Amino acid sequence: MSDIAKDATASRMPTYVGMPAFPKAAHEAVADTRLRRNLAHATGTIRERRAAAVAELDDWAELRDAGKRIKDHTLEYLGHYLRMLEGKVTEAGGVVHWARDAEEANAIVARLIKETGETEVVKVKSMATQEIGLNEALAEHGITALETDLAELIVQLADDRPSHILVPAIHKNRAEIRDLFSHRMPSAPEGLTDEPADLAEAARRHLRAKFLSAKVAVSGANFAIADTGTILVVESEGNGRMCLTLPETLITVMGIEKLLPSARDLEVFLQLLPRSSTAERMNPYTSAWTGVTPGDGPQNFHLVLLDNGRTDVRDEEVGRQALRCIRCSACLNVCPVYARAGGHAYGSPYPGPIGAILSPQIRGIGSKVDASLPFASSLCGACYEVCPVAIDIPEVLVHLRAKAAKKLPEKTVMKVAAWGLRSPARLALGQTLAGRARSLAPHLRFPRAWADTRDLPPIPKESFRAWWKRTHGDSADRKDAS
Amino acid sequence: MKIALFATCVNDTLFPGTGKAVVRILERLGHEVVFPEAQTCCGQMHLNTGYPEQALPLVRSFTDTFEEYDAIVAPSGSCAAMVRDWHGKTAARQGDHRLAERAFALTPRVHELAELLVDVLGVTDVGAVFPHRVTYHPTCHGLRMLKLGDKPLQLLREVRGIDLVDLPDATECCGFGGTFALKNADVSAAMCADKTAAVKQTRAEVLCAVDNSCLMHIGGTLSRQRSGVRVMHLAEILASDR
Ligand code: SF4
Repeated sequence: MSDIAKDATASRMPTYVGMPAFPKAAHEAVADTRLRRNLAHATGTIRERRAAAVAELDDWAELRDAGKRIKDHTLEYLGHYLRMLEGKVTEAGGVVHWARDAEEANAIVARLIKETGETEVVKVKSMATQEIGLNEALAEHGITALETDLAELIVQLADDRPSHILVPAIHKNRAEIRDLFSHRMPSAPEGLTDEPADLAEAARRHLRAKFLSAKVAVSGANFAIADTGTILVVESEGNGRMCLTLPETLITVMGIEKLLPSARDLEVFLQLLPRSSTAERMNPYTSAWTGVTPGDGPQNFHLVLLDNGRTDVRDEEVGRQALRCIRCSACLNVCPVYARAGGHAYGSPYPGPIGAILSPQIRGIGSKVDASLPFASSLCGACYEVCPVAIDIPEVLVHLRAKAAKKLPEKTVMKVAAWGLRSPARLALGQTLAGRARSLAPHLRFPRAWADTRDLPPIPKESFRAWWKRTHGDSADRKDAS
Repeated sequence: MKIALFATCVNDTLFPGTGKAVVRILERLGHEVVFPEAQTCCGQMHLNTGYPEQALPLVRSFTDTFEEYDAIVAPSGSCAAMVRDWHGKTAARQGDHRLAERAFALTPRVHELAELLVDVLGVTDVGAVFPHRVTYHPTCHGLRMLKLGDKPLQLLREVRGIDLVDLPDATECCGFGGTFALKNADVSAAMCADKTAAVKQTRAEVLCAVDNSCLMHIGGTLSRQRSGVRVMHLAEILASDR
């Protein structure tokens, strides 16, 4: 991932160099039948399993509402809870750092690692560090950050970019992963097969050596508890737990919205998250730690609290609900656009519906890709329906569309259409003209994009309005005619 | 009962048969239908494409036109959803609180056709006859915003002679999405290709839905594929009586 732009937005979240607008990026993905098959299969399977896991709970609607309200309350009093967290973490022997943007966060982490004298660190899968491009920033300081989550490791070995929040290598199939391991993993055995068990075993051997030698680990956080200073990481593989317990120094980078007021709130979120993300009743590994404990686990703990545009988003009346997100990825798995366009088309570590509303808010709507993201949706509403914290993603998309820069031809069309539609007389005139020109319709090849795969409907000779006037014209309600 | 018909601009202009079918069904059931001629458009395209300021006058004219009626029917899931979920909000966000209040008061009286028949008028058998193999596509707005559930199917099941077959992956979006079909033509076409494949799998003669925009998109693709499958709005099937 050497192709990260150093442009104005880079201090918040990297935009990949020359990242085209969504439709262009999606064009290639749609044409890649293997990618589409991989994606359709993977998302289709998890989608059904999620629905079954959710259907098991008859209080899902209440849980979802509780999740929404706890998050909204926390966002409302964010400053209060953050100060509480800072106090508790410090009391428990941790050190808290505040980072305004990606650049500051990366600088803090790099300095902390340098102070330990290490040049290799192990990493727990984390969206926050993806968001700030931490691995690339550390590389500039001569520090190698090794991803230990299996899918994240695959992406890293391939020099690729993640394409899904939970399964960053969702776009790769088993055969591709086998080839990758054989070429890039020095410890991979001869004649490695593409059986999942064999692939997992090869990765396990490769990672175990790293776990045992690592002195420093970097993690993200799923939740932080304000009134105790406890941080939680929730995972399926257990590799994260190795990183969280074996090294001497642990550095956690956490978006400031990950906060919950108290441990009681976990009752809600530890049900919402696993069922929504992996369709599990409970995730296999939940690691929680509070500062440092002498003689047990890392002896130095640093918590980097990352703003990176979040306070600006919080001030946005409609858009702020995006900060409720718990990164479960359920919205990706049900999104028909994501399933065809793939994760890379969204131009950030946050793909799919949540990416389409988060990236343009964090980075601003200036770049080509950010301006196109609010339009990368048919507004079908499937994402809102599954979101465990009830983020009305279509509502935010529509809200952001109004802020995106408008191109002149479209602006004119919309203005003329609005003018024509404001008066029934003008609408009727348009209908009469269209009816007269109806013989032209079969020859129209406009709009191009539409007419490429679809036939346009014939224009009727008589509009409904004209028919009504002819047949019911002398009935009541004529006073409405203009 | 006196029912005001909001034909919607797309139906009025491109699919007059749907409005005529609604009139026919309701008159057959003994109701009085009126068509307030001052009506035009619900403003959905403008709002959804990012032009809320252009949508506002359309919200105002809708409210002015329909405020006096107790029941309003819109034979379009997405237009009914636009009016109900968005008119009040749009006016409020543009700072016109008086209009917002009026829109909020009016919108509970706006019904999609299946809702009007099943919930308001309490009928599922409208006396229709349609001896054909039909499959039903629940459009996104009808499904998720209006929460129509199986109301359209309740109506279709009562139609004489109909052979109603399930559509695989019915709840998947067809890829229309208004200007989405233009702005993201490749993804939209890919979505529609999967939808038409599912339709053809049912061997139905007719694809039915409650939104002519989605049907125009799917039907346009079915026609280009020379599939022989016709698309029909729910109203047109319910209006058939021979
Ligand atoms: S937006 Fe909702 S569904 Fe999507 S990842 Fe976030 S919490 Fe999950």
